[in-house]
Amino acid sequence: MVTVALWGSLRDLADGREEVEVEASNFKELLDTLQRDYPALGPQIKRGVSVAIDGRVYRNSWFTEIRPDSEVVLMPYMKGG
Amino acid sequence: MKNIHVSTTVNGDEVEFVCPPNETLLDALRDRVGLKGAKEGCGTGDCGACTVEMNGEIVCSCLILGAEAQDAEIKTVEGMSTGDALHALQQSFIDNAALQCGICTPGILVAAKTLLERNPDPSETEIRYWLAGNLCRCTGYDKIIKAVQVAAADMRGA
Amino acid sequence: MNFPAKTKTDFKVVGTRVARPDGVDKVTGRALYGADFSVPGMLTGRVLRSPHAHARIKAIDISAAEALAGVKAVITSDDFDVPEDDFLRDVQDNCIARGKALYHGHAVAAVAAKDAETARAALKLIKVDYEVLPHVTDVDAAMAADAPVVQEGRADESVPEGCGPNVTNFHEFGHGDLEAGFTKADLILERSFKTEATHQGYIEPHACLATMADGRGDLWCCTQGQFFVRELCAGIMGMEASQLRVTASEIGGGFGGKTTVFIEPLALALSRKSNRPVKIVMTRDEVFRATGPTVSSSTDVKIGMTKDGRITAGDAQLRYQGGAFPCQTVSFGAQAAFAAYDLEAVRTQGWNALANRPKEAAYRAPGAPVAIYAVESVVDELCQELGLDPMEVRLKNAARDGTKASYGPTFDQIGLVATLEAAQAHPHYTAPLGENQGRGISCGFWFNFGGNTCVSLNLNNDGTVGITEGNPDIGGSRASISMMAAEELGIPYDKVRTVITDTNSLGHNDVTDGSRVTFAVGLATIEAARAAIQVMCRRVAKIWGIDEEAVYWEDGYAKPSGPNAGNFDPMSIAEIAAIASETGGPIAGHHEVNAEGAGVSFGVHLADVEVDPETGATKVVRYTVFQDAGKAVHPDYVEGQMQGGSVQGIGWALNEEYIYGEDGKLQNDGFLDYRVPVASDLPMIDTVILEIPNPGHPYGVRGVGETSIVPPLAALSNAVSRAAGIRLHELPMSPPKILKAMMSKG
Repeated sequence: MVTVALWGSLRDLADGREEVEVEASNFKELLDTLQRDYPALGPQIKRGVSVAIDGRVYRNSWFTEIRPDSEVVLMPYMKGG
Repeated sequence: MKNIHVSTTVNGDEVEFVCPPNETLLDALRDRVGLKGAKEGCGTGDCGACTVEMNGEIVCSCLILGAEAQDAEIKTVEGMSTGDALHALQQSFIDNAALQCGICTPGILVAAKTLLERNPDPSETEIRYWLAGNLCRCTGYDKIIKAVQVAAADMRGA
Repeated sequence: MNFPAKTKTDFKVVGTRVARPDGVDKVTGRALYGADFSVPGMLTGRVLRSPHAHARIKAIDISAAEALAGVKAVITSDDFDVPEDDFLRDVQDNCIARGKALYHGHAVAAVAAKDAETARAALKLIKVDYEVLPHVTDVDAAMAADAPVVQEGRADESVPEGCGPNVTNFHEFGHGDLEAGFTKADLILERSFKTEATHQGYIEPHACLATMADGRGDLWCCTQGQFFVRELCAGIMGMEASQLRVTASEIGGGFGGKTTVFIEPLALALSRKSNRPVKIVMTRDEVFRATGPTVSSSTDVKIGMTKDGRITAGDAQLRYQGGAFPCQTVSFGAQAAFAAYDLEAVRTQGWNALANRPKEAAYRAPGAPVAIYAVESVVDELCQELGLDPMEVRLKNAARDGTKASYGPTFDQIGLVATLEAAQAHPHYTAPLGENQGRGISCGFWFNFGGNTCVSLNLNNDGTVGITEGNPDIGGSRASISMMAAEELGIPYDKVRTVITDTNSLGHNDVTDGSRVTFAVGLATIEAARAAIQVMCRRVAKIWGIDEEAVYWEDGYAKPSGPNAGNFDPMSIAEIAAIASETGGPIAGHHEVNAEGAGVSFGVHLADVEVDPETGATKVVRYTVFQDAGKAVHPDYVEGQMQGGSVQGIGWALNEEYIYGEDGKLQNDGFLDYRVPVASDLPMIDTVILEIPNPGHPYGVRGVGETSIVPPLAALSNAVSRAAGIRLHELPMSPPKILKAMMSKG
């Protein structure tokens, strides 16, 4: 299981939790499992999320490995100037 | 409106073109003479990207009519280098990284050249005020000022 | 051969100040920008724009315009399908209004004619029947429950109940117990700030030349991303990507503002309708009215501090308007606001509201400058109130390696403390100040992006190297890319030439944004060079008849790895290239990647200002920028980014603003009234580059383009407060505002 930290405004969509536990070994599994377990997160995941894994921000690399002890933080998708 | 026939000198070459009476010198240079170095950044004389020299004075070519070039001596950025030898200012702009996107560069080079012809040893403040009509959004001007100073020193030494 | 896994530290080419490859073209006037390219038979396109801030379009009659001699096509939104995808539909609707004009300057129709004169005359013949609607341009007014509704039904599920009808999205970040944090504070300050929208202000107006024939298109345009332009335009035009080739011209500045399309779909549609090439060049007033700008903002910040300068809690509410279409910029502001601080308790909340203004476009570190301005102003005011040194306080609270960032993740290798220490040790920090002068400091931060990148590296028969990449060069990146290739191959810089190609010649490349190019294209270039080196070592191993692993690459030569490998004379890249045909054919390396691991960037700015007590005018008298660049590939261009961003930030702080009248019309749509800094406004901008390697790049490179626009806003406000004894809570700090504050203080 990986512990995923949610940003503030997502918490209401995940039963008020700041962190959720999901079974995932990479970025794609993480997003798939999150959407399955917390369907309310679906619209935001569809709009785009980045994932910070051990402090490094990934925008959409499905096969990036996530270890059980990785620090995983969901962030809005990064797009800019 | 009847078009006007204009005979002028651009970078030392005799040039003739026909343009509508309301066409700017900038458009005439770009579209009729084929010199695209002068740029239109605003069309209202605020940005200096269209700066050319006309009878020894720098002008915003977007504020001059093409017809006014009759019998004039026009100099543009395309006339600054001699063969493959760049003008000291051009070389200094490259050496001192005084350009990023480069869209303001032709106007600034023409303006700076007329400054150094009048004043071979301008102070930083004099350079800044002389170039105050030439907007640059990339560099913050620092390297432009330095490049003009280096070129001035080179030209004084040469 | 095997390549080092660790970050490289010994460089021969990287870190030097070589001449840029596009320099001669740009100083001689030869470089071709958006408006500089023409083709035979080309028509001139022009756009009709709404004179109203908000109006229903009841009918458009184009018949008289179409009938004018020399007019070849007239289009309205009826000439486009309505995309199903929200994002694409917004892009299209921003290019040409569908049903409603949403801001002053919103395009409603476009014409293509034999010349500009005829096109202008045709625009006057288009009759638009408008029903003028109530409008809103101010951010706080746009947030209100009873505000005029800009667009119906655009709120997403994040928006809490009770928000006004224009609120489209909400973001909250943070951690820890705020209440407990504030209880520990000796002083708590709560302040509210407002900032006006600013424009990217690139000197080159948008320009494009479109040719459509037989369902195929060619588009030449100034853009930060030809591949994204293709994606948007193909989507809007209902074309397959393969049928639209987009070529990026030299770009006359972008700063984020050329990451989308405005006129390109119109030119394509006009070309399709007229069956002729169509060029559209925006005028400067169109650029101001209908492209860019940034958000305007309204912010509340609350920070608690102990007497000895420890921040106990930070809380910020950010309200941004990003124009008439939903935008997510406030999420960046909310994430970046407290990024420079190591806080036990922090919360940021951000709301985006629609307003009758042009759709916000990215501008250098989008969303971050105004958020960090508010936070850095309050931190500074706390220092003033508590009699503390603002640098010491920042050092005491600075984010470090291992700090849990205010936006969630834990920082790895970051350079904020080193940057603050460099600023503290710099002579500028202790230099004496004159009368009416004050010194301000501020931290700045940007995330930096990586992203999709393709590089193709070809070895020419004479041993020189050509590189093809897909990201427009807005700050000297061709030089940096050539340098990294030369470094990796071990050959001189002038043996490498980098060109930026059209959309048909490489796979997809993300836009030149997020300070990503030197990082991501550089990374792909190094990998492409390594791929070519592998090929060369393999060929040489065959020639020598030894094992591939027994050949290594050094300084442009393939060499036997040791006495056991055999005694062979090293072969140079030129020797290998000369016999490529005999050893298996042309030699190349390429790399395609979605580059991750960009590495965040911090900066610290020191600003000295002098405020004229008679006029309220502020003059910047000394300015120094300290920034972590990771490895500075080309120091001149790193400095250039630091200087250029700083001056844009100085403009934001002191002069630049969008001014709307009661009628919702933009009142300053030219450079005379929208005043960007000019040479005589400024001192030299001194720079100090820190090099804290980014572990996510083989050479340690970080993005450097954006962070520098962030600190000037607060640095100048903090300096003004010390120079004039007054603190403004809004930008820009134009002379009348400062004078008024000084007079009311007495």
